Amino acid sequence: MSVKDRVIAIIAEQAVLEPSDVTMESTLEDLGIDSLGLVESIFAIEEEFDISVPFNANEPEASDFDISSVASIVGGIEALIAEQEK
Amino acid sequence: MKRVVITGAGTINALGRDVPETLEAMREGRCGISELEFRDVERLAIRIGGQIKGYEPESSFNRQQMALYDRFTQFALLAARQAVAQSGLDFTGALADCSGVVLGTSGGGLTTQDENYRSVYEEGKNRVHPFVVPKLMNNAAASHVSMEMNLRGPTFTVATACASSNHAMGLAYHMVRGGTCSVMLTGGSESMLCFGGVKAWEGLRVMSRDACRPFSANRNGMVQGEGAGVYVFEEYEHARARGAEILAEVVGFAMTSDASDIVMPSKQGAARAITGALRDGGIDASEVGYINAHGTGTAANDKTECAAVADALGGQADRVLISSTKAMHGHCIGGTGAIELLACIMALRDGIIAPTIGYEEPDPECALDVVPNEARETDVSVVLSNAFAFGGLNAVLALRRA
Repeated sequence: MSVKDRVIAIIAEQAVLEPSDVTMESTLEDLGIDSLGLVESIFAIEEEFDISVPFNANEPEASDFDISSVASIVGGIEALIAEQEK
Repeated sequence: MKRVVITGAGTINALGRDVPETLEAMREGRCGISELEFRDVERLAIRIGGQIKGYEPESSFNRQQMALYDRFTQFALLAARQAVAQSGLDFTGALADCSGVVLGTSGGGLTTQDENYRSVYEEGKNRVHPFVVPKLMNNAAASHVSMEMNLRGPTFTVATACASSNHAMGLAYHMVRGGTCSVMLTGGSESMLCFGGVKAWEGLRVMSRDACRPFSANRNGMVQGEGAGVYVFEEYEHARARGAEILAEVVGFAMTSDASDIVMPSKQGAARAITGALRDGGIDASEVGYINAHGTGTAANDKTECAAVADALGGQADRVLISSTKAMHGHCIGGTGAIELLACIMALRDGIIAPTIGYEEPDPECALDVVPNEARETDVSVVLSNAFAFGGLNAVLALRRA
């Protein structure tokens, strides 16, 4: 499975949706994921890829990690994995 | 001062998944204590407990709720749902604003703590689930009951070890009696049956390896249990106006501190709490028909408790029936008083006294009628529930037949 599919699977599980219902354009709000759901998703992503996501729940906007859409999350994870593999 | 009545009851414990199942087991003197089943149990010297077997949280909670609810919170919610359903109350508008929750617990989300300490210390993981804190905090159960039932008044948790739920119910009684609240959900919940929870108790060397035998001369310690009991305490006129079924009336409460020792009980402190509850309820010792004892099955508690009852009730102590149901459901620590209050309600409503099972040999230092091994039928109009905690904190409730 690609990084994108694995991230979508995690987000879909959190949103209690089928992965096919999660598009790259979806926002977390569209998917009904609240702030607790977000931190739980980030935890699941960190476990899945064994990475550390720089996300501060106090200031989501100030974090280096862009959560504005599924596409931005996938992009951020891919970058983190690439950095880790360097 | 307002009168306070109980209009709903709920429970889950080793004897049953609800009140009828639990009362049936108490009537029959059934023992809910069995071999403990959880990870690393083979490293324990104590391997028995009043564990709730075959428990399937997924039949009552969805995946997101289970991620957020420790076992002690789940137990509290299950008991609260039963209690509210029985009361027939629906918390909206002004009633929601003047109704609250006060629950006892001692360990809170101890299973959550245990699992996560194991994960970071033993397994060397450096990341824990984000809900560890909201899951383990002692007020999680009270908060989730408040959220699920829409109770928007005073809501908090009381932690006084083995007296937690009696203190909680006493405070709920005060809040309704004083007019602060119309309805309070109250009782307690505990789930300490995990490796770390039992290991800690082992250290004290007060646990029995084979059975809990309160008041019996051959008793050799306590056996831990788990579960919850939750009640609806309602202002009498409010209950009467809506034609609610009244299970019993709460008429007295007293709390005292021994101010002497962190673990050894004191006869004086316990006797002052019993006397205080009688005085608070305007009850004459001759009216008391049954006492649900703290009765832990330890050498220290049982003889001190019998001496305290004898002091507080004087000549009436020889007549009164006193039993400990802990031999059946185990010592449910911060939830125990709430589960035991069911035996008090059964005595008042059904005239059936739950027995002290496991009783084998009379102890001259516990020379009261402890209702050994078999339930007894008798007419009772006033009952007391004793709770005497580590820390020397005592809380006694008095109930009267409705």
